[in-house]
Amino acid sequence: MAETFYDLIRKQGVSRRSFMKFCSLTATSLGLAPHMAGQIAHAMETKPRTPVVWLNGLECTCCSESFIRSGHPLVSDVVLSMLSLDYSHVLMAAAGQQATDILHEVREKHDGNYILAVEGNPPLNEDGMYCIVGGKPFIEELKYMAKGAKAVIAWGSCASNGCVQAAKPNPTAATPIHKVIRDKPIIKVPGCPPIAEVMTGVLSYMITFDRIPPLDRLGRPNMFYGQRIHDKCYRRPHFDAGQFAEAFDDDGSRKGFCLYKLGCRGPTTYNACSTIRWNGGISFPIQSGHGCIGCSEEDFWDNGPFYDRLAKVNTPLGAEANADQIGLAATGIVGAAVAAHAGLSALKRARDKSVAARSSETTAETVD
Amino acid sequence: MVTTTPNGFTLDDSGQRIVVDPVTRIEGHLRVEVNVDENNVIRNAVSTGTMWRGLEVILKGRDPRDAWAFAQRICGVCTGTHALTSVRAVEDALDISIPENANSIRNIMQLALQCHDHIVHFYHLHALDWVDVLSSLSADPKATSELAQSISSWPLSSPGYYRDLQAKLKKFVESGQLGIFNNAYWGNAAYKLPPEANLMAVAHYLEALDFQKEIKKVHAIFGGKNPHPNWLVGGVPCPINIDGVGAAGGAISIERLELVKKVIQQTIDFTQKVYIPDVLAIASFYKDWTHGGGLSSQAVLSYGDIPEHANDYSDANLLMPRGAIIGGDLTNVRPVDLRDPEEIQEQVVHSWYKYSDETIGLHPWDGVSEPNYELGPNAVGTRTDIRAVDEAAKYSWIKSPRWKGNAMEVGPLARYIIGYAKGDPEFKEPAEAALRQLDLPVQALFTTLGRTAARALECDWAAQKMMYFYNKLVANIRNGDTATANVEKWDPESWPKSAKGVGFTEAPRGALGHWIRIEDGKIENYQCVVPTTWNAGPRDNAGNIGAFEAALMDTPVVDPQQPVEILRTLHSFDPCMACSTHLMSPDGEELAEIKVR
Repeated sequence: MAETFYDLIRKQGVSRRSFMKFCSLTATSLGLAPHMAGQIAHAMETKPRTPVVWLNGLECTCCSESFIRSGHPLVSDVVLSMLSLDYSHVLMAAAGQQATDILHEVREKHDGNYILAVEGNPPLNEDGMYCIVGGKPFIEELKYMAKGAKAVIAWGSCASNGCVQAAKPNPTAATPIHKVIRDKPIIKVPGCPPIAEVMTGVLSYMITFDRIPPLDRLGRPNMFYGQRIHDKCYRRPHFDAGQFAEAFDDDGSRKGFCLYKLGCRGPTTYNACSTIRWNGGISFPIQSGHGCIGCSEEDFWDNGPFYDRLAKVNTPLGAEANADQIGLAATGIVGAAVAAHAGLSALKRARDKSVAARSSETTAETVD
Repeated sequence: MVTTTPNGFTLDDSGQRIVVDPVTRIEGHLRVEVNVDENNVIRNAVSTGTMWRGLEVILKGRDPRDAWAFAQRICGVCTGTHALTSVRAVEDALDISIPENANSIRNIMQLALQCHDHIVHFYHLHALDWVDVLSSLSADPKATSELAQSISSWPLSSPGYYRDLQAKLKKFVESGQLGIFNNAYWGNAAYKLPPEANLMAVAHYLEALDFQKEIKKVHAIFGGKNPHPNWLVGGVPCPINIDGVGAAGGAISIERLELVKKVIQQTIDFTQKVYIPDVLAIASFYKDWTHGGGLSSQAVLSYGDIPEHANDYSDANLLMPRGAIIGGDLTNVRPVDLRDPEEIQEQVVHSWYKYSDETIGLHPWDGVSEPNYELGPNAVGTRTDIRAVDEAAKYSWIKSPRWKGNAMEVGPLARYIIGYAKGDPEFKEPAEAALRQLDLPVQALFTTLGRTAARALECDWAAQKMMYFYNKLVANIRNGDTATANVEKWDPESWPKSAKGVGFTEAPRGALGHWIRIEDGKIENYQCVVPTTWNAGPRDNAGNIGAFEAALMDTPVVDPQQPVEILRTLHSFDPCMACSTHLMSPDGEELAEIKVR
């Protein structure tokens, strides 16, 4: 009988009282009501530590790096107490055959009970040999480990959307994992990288409640990706008042005015940067003076240049225009341009990706 | 078959072949194959880069002001250094100067990533090659405390602290779920530390894991996030507002500066009181393990970095030294010119690329590559199931860069050797002090341990230089200069029709250069030659082996089934494979047909 998380931390000398405090902090950090702390405690007292296998395809390791930045929970607590990180290319002590043996062991011992976390994506060109693991294409390892997983997490924009190596012309045919794993629930956690506490929060949620978090129609957890950066941006009042930085290091930028005219993608980017913020909550791109580049949105690399006022977008009629032109055509004011853009993005997404438009709640929202 | 390479290594591939794939605790994907003789000594070594992403193909046709964001995604570990290299390349091409404050802030960010990278590398990617986690369970906590207190004034060192930690570890191990410590090489005779030193090191492994995230707060303040902070052609994106309305909640205010200062001080403390004492303590038990020197005693290269003043990239203005040493001649540190087509060239005869003439190397401004994945006639296995590569043919996704035809080692050890050879006291004196403390001759620098120790010393240098540039930034603000960006040439209309430039840094892993050509406001060609290309690259046209391969040679392996010694030396370079494998096709067209499996 495997030990539970509760057994383990009690063994490690954590008091019942500290444990309950941890549970209520977890509830708070997940944005849950206080009474949920009891449910978290119950879950941790009764469930064995869940094995997690973390695979790396074509990527840059920024997701692993972000993960270890987590302040709550601390990543040392995550890997020693919350779950059992049985395979992690970046952190594991074993290498070569001893590492590969662990994958087989997990498939055998924990079939149907482990979480597969994927950083990066498989290339399909050249028989998959643009990414070789153990002499074989990475995609074989990915499919092998997906088969026995109870759920799959797509870490970051590589696994979720393809990210930089899939930007045009995508020379290796780098492919997001949902296109090659079709029979498992996939939780997409996009971002380049995702915020550390979003990553540990998703894991904590899954382990605590033993279910996958509610997802939007693109497969992202609602709790972290349900709103645009712009919706909760602390500079939003400047946008509403028409106060903009016009150039880097100008008077407006020093006063903390809105960065929309310097290309900020906040109005079209769904992520938690303006709420949870980064690196212990101390800042996020806009606070530090640079617009959002939209790194959690699909195809953001091909939606540049980043300093053009919003992106060039396809209008419903097929003509390409930028947000200024749309704005001029509409009412000539910035707010309308962004509203139009948000609507167009949703339409474009619906058309391109053959997915339904976002829920009426999000598409109907305008920014002014 | 026995052959001797032009750079002086005798290769014998007749013994047992050992394959390590995947090499873990690195960034990206690497495979290593070695042959050992009847005494289990490595007599042939083959390094294979096993991934390719094609980022430079993707950069073609983009806005040069965006290039830093793409280039930064080459690597999320040394995150920032590629972006800095990229903005420097664009500024060089377009003749854009940056404000003094931007130079100080960029230096602080570059030094912060050096410190972070070195600390994470030592504790989380490298230490377990020297430290036996399970042995720490039999340590005496009181003796561990005495050991810790004898080498450092770090406060977390009481017998109770180590007793608690050991109890936690025991229970963790007894749970039967070893997680990241599962199936490793614990108990292997290659591990030499007494249990107390192991327990101290495991404690610091965990402390470093919790501490490292603090260092990157510096990036979050100046760049908005980490990994992958934001940069700007012409300066830095974070404006300074000390006196005015809007300072609170802005990018750089007095409150933000104080946070930066606190993090820098914490980094200095951790490095001086934990990292360096740990490295020296561990080294003292491995003094007779003198393997892994490889190319370090004969051929090392550094481009130099950390400009004292803005916009001056001459040798004299770089605080981190520039130069090349070849033929082991430390009396002659040669000048390095990144623009000279005869100096830096890349060859592909053993790489999975095609040149029209593979007998020559190409300078990055003229670099071309076209993928050409094929195994040699003596490879074992199949195209999609490689059991052994054929190193006489093509065998890696990494090219072979050469400096004036020489295979070179780059990285912290190269920088310290060059600083030492130049007689720069900031590098020579700490190196000599460390050698004195360990009672070792200068030759001890040219080893795996020398590489690991140089990185620790450099972390201290970098942390102190961070404080130096912090003070410089504050002094400049006090004098009334708050400029952070020069936007005179922001508009592409102001650019020449054609331009080319080069940007460089010393990344944590070594010399990094980006070469750019701009036509009509768009990127025409973008080439990166990165540290792990230098270090992990395969053999060249003349048969010279690369730095990884050379460093593995002649190392005895205790148990060929447990590659501890191989990992130890590979990890001492801090391999970064995503960095090393991202070359481009000249025309940027789709490179192969898509086969959906």
